[in-house]
Amino acid sequence: MYTWFQQHLRAFSRALKRLLASPLNTLLSMLVIGIAITLPAAGYAIIDNVQALGKGHSGAQQISIFMELDASSAAVAEVRRRLKTRTPGQWRFVPRDEAFERLKNTEGMAEIISSLPRNPLPDAFILEPEDKSPDALEALRAETSSWPGIAHTQLDSAWIKRFDAFLQLGRQAVHLLALVFAVGLIAVTFNTIRLQVFAQAEEIEVARLIGATDAFIRRPFYYFGLLQGVLGGVAAVFLLFFGLTAIRPAVTQLTALYGSGFVLHPPGIADCLALIAAGGALGWVGAQLSVSLALRQQKATQR
Amino acid sequence: MITASQVVKRYPGGFEAIRGASFEIAEGEIALIGGHSGAGKTTLLKLLGAMERPTSGSLIVCGQNVAALRSGVLPFLRRNLGFVFQDQKLLFDRSALDNILLPLEIIGLSPKEAQRRARAALDKVGLLSREKAYPIALSGGEQQRLAIARAVVNRPSILLADEPTANLDEESARQVLDLFLAFNQAKVTVVIATHAPQIISGRSLKRLTLSHGALLP
Repeated sequence: MYTWFQQHLRAFSRALKRLLASPLNTLLSMLVIGIAITLPAAGYAIIDNVQALGKGHSGAQQISIFMELDASSAAVAEVRRRLKTRTPGQWRFVPRDEAFERLKNTEGMAEIISSLPRNPLPDAFILEPEDKSPDALEALRAETSSWPGIAHTQLDSAWIKRFDAFLQLGRQAVHLLALVFAVGLIAVTFNTIRLQVFAQAEEIEVARLIGATDAFIRRPFYYFGLLQGVLGGVAAVFLLFFGLTAIRPAVTQLTALYGSGFVLHPPGIADCLALIAAGGALGWVGAQLSVSLALRQQKATQR
Repeated sequence: MITASQVVKRYPGGFEAIRGASFEIAEGEIALIGGHSGAGKTTLLKLLGAMERPTSGSLIVCGQNVAALRSGVLPFLRRNLGFVFQDQKLLFDRSALDNILLPLEIIGLSPKEAQRRARAALDKVGLLSREKAYPIALSGGEQQRLAIARAVVNRPSILLADEPTANLDEESARQVLDLFLAFNQAKVTVVIATHAPQIISGRSLKRLTLSHGALLP
């Protein structure tokens, strides 16, 4: 166990020395890997933020029933009666004056509303039925739209569905991007390690001749790949953090214009650690593939 | 310690470098493999060092049949063998001490013990004062002695040397041979391939002479 630990420690320190021996190469590789991780990670962070924005709004499946503008109070009472007797679930009545007041208080609308000669909004009912299946909702919407005094009915969950579909598309695009960049990252590590194996061909040959196992020869390269990936991950965390921090005021300003208090959040500690771990794991995989291939080629030429 | 029986080494293309060699080398013995240039001395030494596999026959080294050796066992057999290569195979980007430390790192010795043993090996070959020197700064004789120190630092049971005195002046050659004799006195089996078998005389030696791949009687 002690021997095993000693050999890993030596391999790690040798890998670290190799990284430090060529600081410019290390820095460039770190940047390339960092950028490769940053791009999909930024996509994830933005989608995460937008998703949180969506969660802030009601995701309830609602039906809005708008009365005709000139609907009488008798018509309103009739709808109220029908809802009470025929529709299981919750509903509430929104009088046109209340809706008008709410609209007036909406950011940027006050001026427009005050220029209107009269209240253009109708009385409305907001329904949250018990049965939220799409067919039941659609059936209820169709039924209520045929009631007397009803001008228009609307399934309010439609925008949530669109929003979710958009997020789903974004998530898939980010997954694809992550996959492409992961392959790129593996390729970068693969090439760096391959060059290292060739540069140290003599040392590897000597080590083999004096009794080194394949594991002994491979270990420093694995650690090199791992360290390079981890450093790339650290670079990605900094790039992501500074990138999101840089665009944050502009995003806040933009969303404020639409009356939202949305704030772009940088990734949390768990996300940062996941990025660093992903960098390390991909570096390790790249090193493993590269060393296996290069050593096999080397053995074949020495045979 | 070493038993060869009808060992044949045939390379792709059909060239037979070793043809049916049979011999025994006992523990603690010194064996000189002689013969003209191209006789198969280096090939035989590579077979003994498990750097090549026999095409046929049986070759037992330290209890392992080299012909049927599994690749997983090979490194552990090599740790029992010290090899002094004709071209030394020193690592020129490492100091003399670091060159000697490599075999000790491979067996996983603690850094402290490895340093102690490496310095003792350097001391034995008279290079302790040059431990920080890089091989490029050493003379031919010193490089050869450094290669010997690396070969013996793991305390192998067999020391194999390929033309260890080639390209050395008389004085350096004498020093190198004296080292081999000293290790042999410590019960290390020594096998030397040389085109000049008279380099060691006045001792009871096992002499194996090759001619065109075959051992002469």
